[in-house]
Amino acid sequence: MTEKKELAVAALRNGTVIDHIPSSALFKAVRILGIEHLDKAVTIGNNLASGKLGKKGIIKVADVEFDEATLNRIAIIAPTAVVNVIREYSVVEKRPVRLPDTVVGIVKCANPKCITNNEPMRTVFHVVGNNPVVIRCHYCNHAVKGDDAQLQ
Amino acid sequence: MNKNSLVSIADLNKEELLALLEQASYFEKHPNSKILDGKVVATLFFEPSTRTRLSFETAVNRLGGRVIGFSDASTTSSSKGETLHDTIKMVSNYVDLIVMRHYLEGAARYASEVTDVPVVNAGDGANQHPSQTMLDLYSIYKTQGDLNNLTITMVGDLKYGRTVHSLLQAMSYFNPTFRFVACKELQMPEEYLKFCDENGIKYECTTDFSPEIINESDIIYMTRVQRERFTDIMEYERVKNLYTLHNAMLADSKPNLRILHPLPRVNEIAYDVDANPKAYYFDQARNGLYARQAIICRALGLTPDECKKA
Ligand SMILES: [Zn+2]
Repeated sequence: MTEKKELAVAALRNGTVIDHIPSSALFKAVRILGIEHLDKAVTIGNNLASGKLGKKGIIKVADVEFDEATLNRIAIIAPTAVVNVIREYSVVEKRPVRLPDTVVGIVKCANPKCITNNEPMRTVFHVVGNNPVVIRCHYCNHAVKGDDAQLQ
Repeated sequence: MNKNSLVSIADLNKEELLALLEQASYFEKHPNSKILDGKVVATLFFEPSTRTRLSFETAVNRLGGRVIGFSDASTTSSSKGETLHDTIKMVSNYVDLIVMRHYLEGAARYASEVTDVPVVNAGDGANQHPSQTMLDLYSIYKTQGDLNNLTITMVGDLKYGRTVHSLLQAMSYFNPTFRFVACKELQMPEEYLKFCDENGIKYECTTDFSPEIINESDIIYMTRVQRERFTDIMEYERVKNLYTLHNAMLADSKPNLRILHPLPRVNEIAYDVDANPKAYYFDQARNGLYARQAIICRALGLTPDECKKA
């Protein structure tokens, strides 16, 4: 059925494929996962045709399996993302990312009068909505849609 | 982090709200109870607010405690670039309680997380001001005898007015009916209407400050409509007098109706209302003292029994 999918997966022997990332969120997802600091083989594709999303992005990282909490952090900007864990060329695990209850130290608060923008400290956001994703600043209560979230 | 800190009215459940009202009522009868003998309270006002500071400091003094602090951040180390974190850590060495006001939103929450000393938020920017809400709640409780099943009309700036948002949340436990009266630009934000929906609270939004609305109300909570809130000055000129209360408008109002206003007022309540026994805004401010005495005792972990023994 999915020759394309098999091809995409076949490129990896071991590692992680994150698929179905909205194109507009791809590079934010790259940053949240800290992928620019990895020395492993990384393939990033964007604006690929997708039935569900119109256009999607995909990230493939060789020889790395991220822990679940790290992957779930991208759910605030890419709730549709699907994680595939690859071992010896086959998908051993496939699951959607899950929205966490709290997001620490990733998103920048959009309120310039928020204490987090004026003190050396980590931000904390509570996830208060899931369709669309809405997060609320733990400190100033300012709410923002996941799509509009700026990274710290 | 101290569990007795009070940063937002949403930190209090129904029982805690009622306990604070009970305690405020006790202090109204016994304002000079020497409960805080030997205690030192810091009032850290990173932004000046004479009204709120005097109220808190009077509350501490009447309870027999001592006050240290500052009334303006320009005279403190924060003007030399010290972080809030470091100021709070430093002050925590000296005092039993920190009362703080700050121009930045979320400052009190953050302060409460970096110290084991209890923190009471005396206002953080446009965010929270729980002692104002407690005095509003106490004023309603005192004038109506009961918080349950009241019709509360909020008038003026319902969009930016933090006092109305906090009061709405605090009243949500008591089966209120709300009337939100405001012009299009300043209506109650969607998230608070959603809050009402989720909590089964009856409400009506209207632009018309009509006789029917006034005559059905148990409480009319007036707020200031500020020119700087308008993107369109013509719109401000058009609406500014639509939400002004005059004495004649109260002719057929309920006998138990009381008019509240967080003060200072500008022109939203005409001076001819002041002499009406239904005008309650000056007494309301006095209730702030008792509400703050109750908040201070709770923050210090003093039980009502301990307060009564003193
Ligand atoms: Zn914030």
